Formats: sequence, C-alpha cells, structure tokens
Amino acid sequence: MNMVLNEEQRLLKDTIQDFLSTNAPVTAFRKLRDTQDNQGYSTELWRHLCELGIAAIVMPEEHGGLGFGYLGLGAVLEECGKNLTASPLLASVVLGASALELAGNETQQSLLDEVASGSLTLALAIDEHSHFDPLQTRTSLTENDSGFTLNGHKVFVLDGHTADRLIVVTRSRGEAGSRDGLSLVMLDSQTPGVKIDRHQLMDGRNVASIQFEQVSLPADALLGELHNGFAVIHTLIDRAAICVAAEMLGSAQEVFDRTLEYLKEREQFGVKIGSFQALQHRCAQMLCQLEHCRSAVVGALAALDKGSRGVSVQASTAKALANDCLQHISNEAVQMHGGMGVTDELDIGLFLKRSRVCNQIFGDSIYHRDRFATLMGY
Amino acid sequence: MSSLDQFRQETREWLSKNCPESQRQPVKKNEIIWGGRRRKFPSVDAQLWFERMRDKGWIAPDWPKEYGGGNLSVDECKILEQEMRSLGCRPPLYDQGLWMFGPALLKYGSEDQKKEHLTKITQGEIRWCQGYSEPGAGSDLAGLKTKAEDCGDHFLVNGSKIWTTYADQADWIFCLVRTNTEVAKQQGISFLLIDMESEGVTTSPIELISGESEFCQTFFDNVKVPKENLVYEVDKGWEVAKEVLKHERKLISKLDHMTEKEDRSVMELAKEVIGLDSNGKLRNSSLRDQLTRHLMAEQADQLSGLRIFQQMRAGQPDPKLPLTMKYANTSEQQRKDELFLAILGNQGLTWQDEAFPKSYRTLVQNWAYNKSLTIAGGTSEIQLNIIAKRALGLPE
Ligand SMILES: Cc1cc2nc3c(=O)[nH]c(=O)nc-3n(C[C@H](O)[C@H](O)[C@H](O)COP(=O)(O)OP(=O)(O)OC[C@H]3O[C@@H](n4cnc5c(N)ncnc54)[C@H](O)[C@@H]3O)c2cc1C
Repeated sequence: MNMVLNEEQRLLKDTIQDFLSTNAPVTAFRKLRDTQDNQGYSTELWRHLCELGIAAIVMPEEHGGLGFGYLGLGAVLEECGKNLTASPLLASVVLGASALELAGNETQQSLLDEVASGSLTLALAIDEHSHFDPLQTRTSLTENDSGFTLNGHKVFVLDGHTADRLIVVTRSRGEAGSRDGLSLVMLDSQTPGVKIDRHQLMDGRNVASIQFEQVSLPADALLGELHNGFAVIHTLIDRAAICVAAEMLGSAQEVFDRTLEYLKEREQFGVKIGSFQALQHRCAQMLCQLEHCRSAVVGALAALDKGSRGVSVQASTAKALANDCLQHISNEAVQMHGGMGVTDELDIGLFLKRSRVCNQIFGDSIYHRDRFATLMGY
Repeated sequence: MSSLDQFRQETREWLSKNCPESQRQPVKKNEIIWGGRRRKFPSVDAQLWFERMRDKGWIAPDWPKEYGGGNLSVDECKILEQEMRSLGCRPPLYDQGLWMFGPALLKYGSEDQKKEHLTKITQGEIRWCQGYSEPGAGSDLAGLKTKAEDCGDHFLVNGSKIWTTYADQADWIFCLVRTNTEVAKQQGISFLLIDMESEGVTTSPIELISGESEFCQTFFDNVKVPKENLVYEVDKGWEVAKEVLKHERKLISKLDHMTEKEDRSVMELAKEVIGLDSNGKLRNSSLRDQLTRHLMAEQADQLSGLRIFQQMRAGQPDPKLPLTMKYANTSEQQRKDELFLAILGNQGLTWQDEAFPKSYRTLVQNWAYNKSLTIAGGTSEIQLNIIAKRALGLPE
C-alpha cells in the first residue's frame, strides 16, 4: 500500500494548487457567499476544472479516467479544502459518479462522460434525519405497472438545487433500520412531483431539501438491483467518508498554517505571542493530531486504490479523525487569533463553519466510531 | 520475481527453519536475552536463536559486515522486520548499545572504536548502559556537572549519574561529561566510554512504582578513563548525544521492546470481560467508544510509521513527522493502559496477588511501568518544546 505521491500525482497536485490559488482562493468563495449567488459555485470555474480533468480522476478509463487514483483525487480535494473551493466535485463526482459506476447499467454509465466533462451534474439524496443513517431510510419506492412511484422527503442534499439529475436512496421494502429493501433510483430534477428548496447553512455552500410527492418513474430509473442497494451504499459511504476527510485535512492544514503565521507575527508583552509555552504546546499537539489525521486519510485513500478488504474500517477511522481534527484545530485557531478570530473580516471563521458542516456529511465521529466497532465485531 | 521478493522469500524460509518454536512466543521479562560479560541464556533455545542470528549478522542487520552486522539495505531491513513480526520471532538480543549507542558510534566513532565496540555488541559480549541524566540535570541535560579532567594520557572522572537503566548489570557506560566550564553549556560536554569495572565506579539500585528496580544511581569517584575512550572531539559530545537521543526516541516510540507483551488484544479483553449484548455490541457503550478511539489512534500511529518509511525510501522525507512520533505513541500507549484498567475494573488493581490471573497482573504492572514512557528519553513536555521550535519554527 503506497502512501507517497508519485511523480504524476505530485504534478497534478502542483497544477491544481496553482490553479486554485489563482482562480478560486478563499476570497472567491467569500464573494459567492456575500452575493448570495444563486448557483452557489462558479460554473466557469467548474468548467475549467473539468478541462483540467479533475472530474475524471477516478473514473473508469473507458470514460476518460486519468488513472491518478484516489491518492490523486485526495490531493486535489485537499487543495480544495485549503481554498474552501466551492464546486460540484464532491456531489457530482465523488457521490454521483460513484453511484453510477457502482450500480449503473451500460446506458446509465454512459452518462459518466458528461459528468466528467462537466456538462451534466449529479446530486445524491441520502439523508432524511438530523443525522446520517442510511439504514433508517423511509422515502418509499413502490412498484407499479409502468415503473415506480416515489414518495418522501430528503434533507441535506449537497448541490441538490443545481444538479441536473438526482440519485435517491429509497426504501422499496422492509422496515426502517433493515439492510434489505434499499434501492437507488435516478431521475431528472425537473420531474413532476419533485420540490426542491435550497437552504442557507453557515458555511455558505449548497444544500437543499427535496420533497417527492407521488413521483412517477419509469422502470429504467432504477439504479442497480431492486432491494439490494445496501452493498452499493456501503461502498459509497467508504468513498465519500474518505474523500470528505481529504478535503477536511486540507482545511485543517490551512487554518493551522494561518494560525502559526499569526503567532509568529502578533506581539503582546513586548514579545511574539508564539513564544508563550502555553500556546507552543497546544500548537505542537495540533501538529501531532494533524499528522495522525493525515496518516489515516492518506492510508485510506491508498487502501481505496488497492481495493483492500479493510477499507471500510479505514474509511471510518479517516472520517472520525478528520472530523475531530478540524473541529479542534478550527476552535484553537479562533482562540489564538483573539478578538480578530471572531471577526468576519478574517477567514478563520469560514473554516470554523465549514468544519461543522463537513462533520455532518456522510457521518459525524459518533456515527463512524459506531460503524468501526460494528465492523470489528464488538 | 524482484530481488526484494526473493529476499523476502529466503528470509521467511530461513527464519522458519532457524527460529525455535519457543522463541516465537511473546517474550516474558525473565526470557529476555541480554548480552554481556555476565551473559546467561534463559534457555537452550534462546542460546540457539541468538547464535544463529549472530552468525547470520542479523543482530544488527543494517550495520557493516566488518563489525558483525548484516549489511542489509533499508528495504531489506524492513522486510526482515516484517517477517520476524509475522512469525512472532523474539529479538535475539536486548542491549542499549545495540539500539542507541551503536548507531551513533557508527556515525561519530573512530575506526578503532567501531572495530572494538560495535563488534562486541553484535557478538553479545558487552552490555551497555546510558550515563546522561544527573540529579541536577534531567530535562536540562546540558546542565550536567560530572567532571572529566584532562590528565595527559587519561581523563579523571568525578560525579554521579542517575536513572541509569541496568547500570548494575552493564559492562560499559556511554557517558556525557563536562570538560569545559568556560563556554556555553552545550559546548563544554564530551562523550566518554567507561568500563564499569574501572576502579571508583559504583552503582546503587532504585525501586520503581512498578515494583521493579531497573535503574540505579551511578557514582564516579576519581575514575581514570584512557584518552582513546573519547568519542569524536573534546567539547563536541553534545552532537553525539543528540544522535543517540534520536535513536532512543525512535525506539521508545516503537514501544514493543519495553514491557512484557499482553497475551490478548485490548479488544479481545474487552469482549471477554465486559461481554457483548444481543446486538453484538459491547455492553458498556462508553467503553465501546473509548476502545474505538484508541483503536483508531493506533491504526493512525501504524500508518504514520509506514508513511515515514515510505517517504524515506522515496527520497522525500518530511522532517516534521518523525518529531511527533515519541509524544504521540507514548501518550497513546498510556491511554491504552488506562483502558486496560477500566476494562478490568476491580480485577485490575494488583500485580502482586497471585490469586488474580497472571495475564491481568501483567497488564496492571505494565500500566505502572509505562508511566515512565512519557518521561524517559526526554519528557512529553520537552518533546512538545522540540516540536514547537524545530517542526513549527515558533520563536524562543
Ligand atoms: C524508565 C526510565 C529510564 C531511564 N533511563 C535512563 C538511562 O538509562 N540513562 C539516563 O541517563 N537517563 C535515564 N532516564 C532519565 C530520563 O532521561 C529523565 O528522567 C528525563 O530526561 C527527565 O528528567 P528529570 O527526571 O530530571 O525530570 P525534570 O527535568 O526535573 O522534569 C520534571 C517535570 O518538569 C517538566 N519540565 C522540565 N523542563 C521543562 C521545560 N523546559 N518546559 C516544560 N516542562 C518542563 C518535565 O516535563 C517534567 O514534567 C530514565 C528515565 C526513566 C523514567
């Protein structure tokens, strides 16, 4: 299992780093937020990023995949996390395209080319409650003569109001809580009976809640096998948890670096505040936590590339550690910036708020510790 | 097959043929193979295992052949380590000379010194101890006062060292001494090698909270040390001292040589003592969560170790990561020890009373012993100081 970037992956990372720091730095995100941009991300930026190939990084080669692997995608996501770059990378590629790749038939998979080029965007509607827990899915899918009827309510759908198509996790039979009876469907977001509301969360990104009322779907809306969607969802959780963790790692590194810079520059009592041991030790502990988190994330990305059997356990470790790490470091960053830390003028608060939203994407630490323990059999 | 794959296969075959079954069980304290003049093998198998590894050069696999090493490359050493671990082979020799002093002597010693001392280490003939700390110089090691006076053909050493692990068992001591009081404290220190049988050297053991008495206070009373026992240059010993510390911290952060290994994992123990409910979950949900936190951290620790190795091999070492390892791993080990105690409850409060299972008592004694992990080799606070300054560049 290799955790060190190879020559091409490093080149990719450098390219994206340059590109994002010029075209999509934190100030660009701030502007989207302040103007309450309807789209929530820059279409032009997404087009450029797709031209650079980032939407195709982990796609199968026949759909334009580049073969940089998850280690490469992780490096890109880390850069996005550093710059707080708003883009459909997570929703459309990591979640949407993965679902297509894992469950889709040939016709459905042919859409991957459009996703890779950026001409089509996807969103995955999975959450229904206050917390991530797909087994509790109640949104119902019933079979009828012409296909299916879909009823229910989804929340916290990333990019839900901008995506061209929605992939929805539904219950086609059984009780909430059961693994059996989960099914995935894909539909056009304009389908009659679909009502999408965008919400403003504290991180200024895109989420929507979606109501499905007697939505009629053709039989070929089904993605994968009826009732047997759990295996796909399980793999989706692994990929999503690891990729979100990679983005969070980038944010944690950035907010930590900015804090260190401040400690080396700000003076009180006639000395740099970074000379106070009380602050030094906390910074040193943050570095330990950050390196821990990095090992878990990079190890999990490498495990995805290798197709390791233990990848689910590693995925949960990566997400739990990333949640805890970014939460802790963003809190400390605010504290160590003093009064400046609680102003909107500084970017520190943006990282703080993003951290809490990321916590909830595909499972907070409590969810992932529970998942880890269950997978380990205790 | 690549030559490394071939090496792996040959190594595995050799080890399975040559490592006696009894030397593949977790090692108990009284089964450890220590070298030295008073060397006594705990068993016939232990002696066989030691001698085969010695003759193969694998006591110190990465040292040059001329000193009895194995001349293996970085990759080969890693493979040997992995194969030994997967078969459960015990280390064939325990010695601070092998672990800490030898690697530094390789870098700083004269050819004569290397020939003399490294060879005796790899042959298990001489056992070493470390004379750094003094009653007045612990974390502030450079404040040490044990004095070495230049008397022409020898140094005259006076003073005392403390916390000298196994000084009463060791044959030689590598020692930091003050040779200059006129300069900044780090610049007046020299690195001396002293035979413990020299006239004027005495030791007195100190008892630990774990009931063991591993370390001593060591006294030097007009001890004559030949000039040829100076490593590197006069007043330049601090440099050598730091090299030793680097290896010491790496060693402590690996942890596995320190205490008797537990015979079952913390997860198995939790299942056994706490039990599972009808959903297959540990009955105590708070312990379940604590256990998970620990297992996740342990997974990350192992990945960090692997990452350091892979970076080194790829020629892209990250200077920060290794600096975090001692602090991170020793803190985690202590959290694990506390978890063991929490799991055992009132069954985990003694190592003396033989009415309790031996395996529990070992865990409790390890808990007490491991309190020293965050002290020995530079305390956790000192590690954090080092990380803050060297890894993060925070100001003085
Ligand atoms: C099991 C064990 C084996 C050992 N073996 C050996 C050996 O073989 N040879 C040898 O030479 N030594 C050995 N030592 C000694 C060890 O290196 C010292 O104990 C250690 O360096 C700490 O020194 P001290 O005990 O004097 O504590 P002190 O330095 O007095 O520290 C007391 C407390 O003050 C804190 N402190 C001190 N300075 C600072 C600072 N600048 N900033 C913040 N906090 C600070 C420390 O972290 C600690 O918490 C061993 C120790 C142990 C526990």
